Amino acid sequence: MSHAPKISRRSFIISTAAAGGGLALGLNIPFGPGVVRAADGSPEVNAWVVIRPDDTVVIRIARSEMGQGTLTGLAQMVAEELECDWAKVTTEYPTPGQSVARKRVWGDYGTVGSRGIRQSHDYVRKGGATARTMLVQAAANEWKVPAPECSAANSVITHKPSGRTTTYGKVAEAAARLEPPKDVALKDPKDWKIIGKPMKRLDTIDKLTGKQVYGADIRLPGMLNAAIKDCPVFGGKVKSFDAGKAERMPGVKKVVRVEGSAIAVIADTWWHAKTALDAVNIEWDGGANAKVSSASIAEMLKDGLGAEQAFVHNEKGDVKAAIAGAAKKLEAVYAYPFQNHVTMEPMNATARYTADRCEVWCPTQNGEGALAATAAASGLPIEKCEVYKLHLGGGFGRRGAIHDYVRQAVLIAKEMPGTPVKLLWTREEDMLHGMYHPVMQAKLTGALDASGNLTGLRIRLAGQSILATIFPQALQNGKDPLSFQGFWPSGEHAFGYSIPNLLIDHAMRNTHVPPGFWRGVNINQNAIFLECFMDELARAAGQDALEFRRKLMAQHPKHLAVLNAVADKGGWGKPAARGVHRGLAHMMAFGSYVAACAEVSVSGGSKVKIHRIVAATDPGYAVNPAQIERQIAGSFVYGLSALFEQECTVKDGRMEQENFHQYNSMRIAQMPKVESIIMPSGGFWGGVGEPTICVAAPAVLNAIFSATGRRIRSFPLKNHGFQMV
Amino acid sequence: MIQLNINGKSFNVDVEPDTPLLWAIREQVGLTGTKYGCGIAQCGACTVHIDGAPVRSCVMTAGAAVGKRITTIEGLAVNGVLTKVQKAWLEHDVPQCGYCQSGMIMAVSALLNDKPKPTDADIDAAITNICRCGTFQQVREAIHAAAKA
Ligand code: FES
Ligand code: FES
Repeated sequence: MSHAPKISRRSFIISTAAAGGGLALGLNIPFGPGVVRAADGSPEVNAWVVIRPDDTVVIRIARSEMGQGTLTGLAQMVAEELECDWAKVTTEYPTPGQSVARKRVWGDYGTVGSRGIRQSHDYVRKGGATARTMLVQAAANEWKVPAPECSAANSVITHKPSGRTTTYGKVAEAAARLEPPKDVALKDPKDWKIIGKPMKRLDTIDKLTGKQVYGADIRLPGMLNAAIKDCPVFGGKVKSFDAGKAERMPGVKKVVRVEGSAIAVIADTWWHAKTALDAVNIEWDGGANAKVSSASIAEMLKDGLGAEQAFVHNEKGDVKAAIAGAAKKLEAVYAYPFQNHVTMEPMNATARYTADRCEVWCPTQNGEGALAATAAASGLPIEKCEVYKLHLGGGFGRRGAIHDYVRQAVLIAKEMPGTPVKLLWTREEDMLHGMYHPVMQAKLTGALDASGNLTGLRIRLAGQSILATIFPQALQNGKDPLSFQGFWPSGEHAFGYSIPNLLIDHAMRNTHVPPGFWRGVNINQNAIFLECFMDELARAAGQDALEFRRKLMAQHPKHLAVLNAVADKGGWGKPAARGVHRGLAHMMAFGSYVAACAEVSVSGGSKVKIHRIVAATDPGYAVNPAQIERQIAGSFVYGLSALFEQECTVKDGRMEQENFHQYNSMRIAQMPKVESIIMPSGGFWGGVGEPTICVAAPAVLNAIFSATGRRIRSFPLKNHGFQMV
Repeated sequence: MIQLNINGKSFNVDVEPDTPLLWAIREQVGLTGTKYGCGIAQCGACTVHIDGAPVRSCVMTAGAAVGKRITTIEGLAVNGVLTKVQKAWLEHDVPQCGYCQSGMIMAVSALLNDKPKPTDADIDAAITNICRCGTFQQVREAIHAAAKA
């Protein structure tokens, strides 16, 4: 494993910040024309690959690492085609500013929607293949032999006829001067040696010793610290504030109003800033939103369940007639709450502003988005702005689309030109100003014929649209297709059943609470709605939950394959241990097929022990099975914490929960044993970080029903007296 | 000005004694491996050892730590040699985002000092740190591996 010497992230940041750019461009540095160089002077073979004279291979990663393993996975893809020695691989983030200067040579920086790998596999592999071709050509030129007589493996180039060898480090300088080939062939997946292997992560060691620098840990010379309170009512503002006492407190430099809605204290240390902020007397004006409550929102959504108008996304046959003519009709209403991401590292950003340059250090899932936010808040052209990305202490979607914390940090730094200021949110601020998992209700109606066949299914969704609030340009004639994740007629969120009469529509009901992409996004509730209701229907039809589903899945072999896999390994249909009950669920999301079989027992009617989860995923290609396994296991922590414990409730227009004591998260004692089945069937690229989350809740809910006869349709389960033990 | 003994070194720390130890360690001493996650003793990200026992440093004042032996994540490996817990963490590729892991490793190190061969029940009782990425399965494996090492 690679313990190759790295530039420490901190010194990298500070030195490059001083040099005024992440990667120095060839123009300024006297190494010769045409060669682009890394900060340490090593040549870029191309934008993706820098090779140091000691053979260290630096692979550039545009996407962000937030724990999901994308950094390692992307490096594997480049390294596979580069034919380099994996033990010599290290990575670095090119800065978003350099991306602008180099016309997006690294493509999209967005690390959202489980697409870090699946939407860049092609060009990053080509980046590796192009660099390899150039390195081989450089060696061939030096030896004055035809390049096809040379081969490359493990960072060594061999001239086959003569047996001569050289290493990448020796020819990198010459390779960097060559014209890149126009077209390169990629390897056949069956020849992969690094992709598909359980490589260890490249970013572990510093996380074990305290050395890893997160955004919250940045320290710059002369830096000040800021704490902030934004109006707890979304959309509200500061009516008045009295900072008299705070201004006299130790270390305080300035108390500032930010955008009319927030107060920030700038001080020598963050603790001083936070303590002084608590001493500022702030009167808020919540405006009309201060009247909103969870109950009023629920009322509005309920109205949507019966509304005439709705966006239709999946329709087949005549569902009304099927329901009218049903031998048996079943109806149920489900509701899903607001939830906060609660990344372990609270929101933060450090900014340094001068009249002609603005720099930001921050955790972000989208460096380009952070750069745009920096430019907008600073008022400077984007060319005069720069963002230095740090590994994230969790992202889960919170730091992808909206960079409110970056905007605030820049606005605060503008109050102190030339001085870097680090803004760190308290956990309370983080919970009061999330981009929340949207609220959604669903009314499901099923029609069964006399033999218990499902002849019609109607799903009416009523609730919030993320796109309508934060990306209205992505709506399709007003419709939010993402509301229907897992329910699409085809594509990366395809519905897994063939039902002759089907209607799935969405009555959009938006609230003043800002919604966001919360790991898994809308599959979380959609999988609960669908897969719990399928169990309800199977029971009403007097059929086994697996057999009932299978009959509807003949046209969906990949959905069926993962479901069968968990049923087999989970022992479905075979006797379980005394008191143990099973539940199933499956879904397709973000291009991958996922399923779970949960085993639970319930004691005292409310204490739920989740013993074992068998989870299957077919992501097409499994780039790193060891990391996929970890994403699967982690998905159950995230998904089951949400199911049992997590809800943000609105009172007087603001969230009521402010910290973990009111918004709990699973501990190790509650962790079930997760057995993963990774079954890549090839030919497509699906996501990994998010899909599995959605089967956690319905599989467990179905098992709880089997154990207790209680069908829970609103969440979290703590509201019904259930406890995870 | 107070004096803190951290990782075997003595530091003169210019801080009000009621400042949480977490912030004195992070801001005055400059050891940022100890993390802030909640500030109310819920998450464990700020776990350090005080005279060998695990303590959530966000709710202990710096003043109360005077005269005590404080160990942070930076103080575990001596001369760059990882402890058996850190080695097991490396071997089992435990961290995801890593933000909770300093606290997790400190809590586990204290557990293993106390109970060199912990059972699953011992682990469940002693390790109550939050990990939002959900590394618990690997944490448990790595604890057992470290206990065997
Ligand atoms: S920060 Fe101390 S327990 Fe969370
Ligand atoms: S590894 Fe991310 S919170 Fe634990």
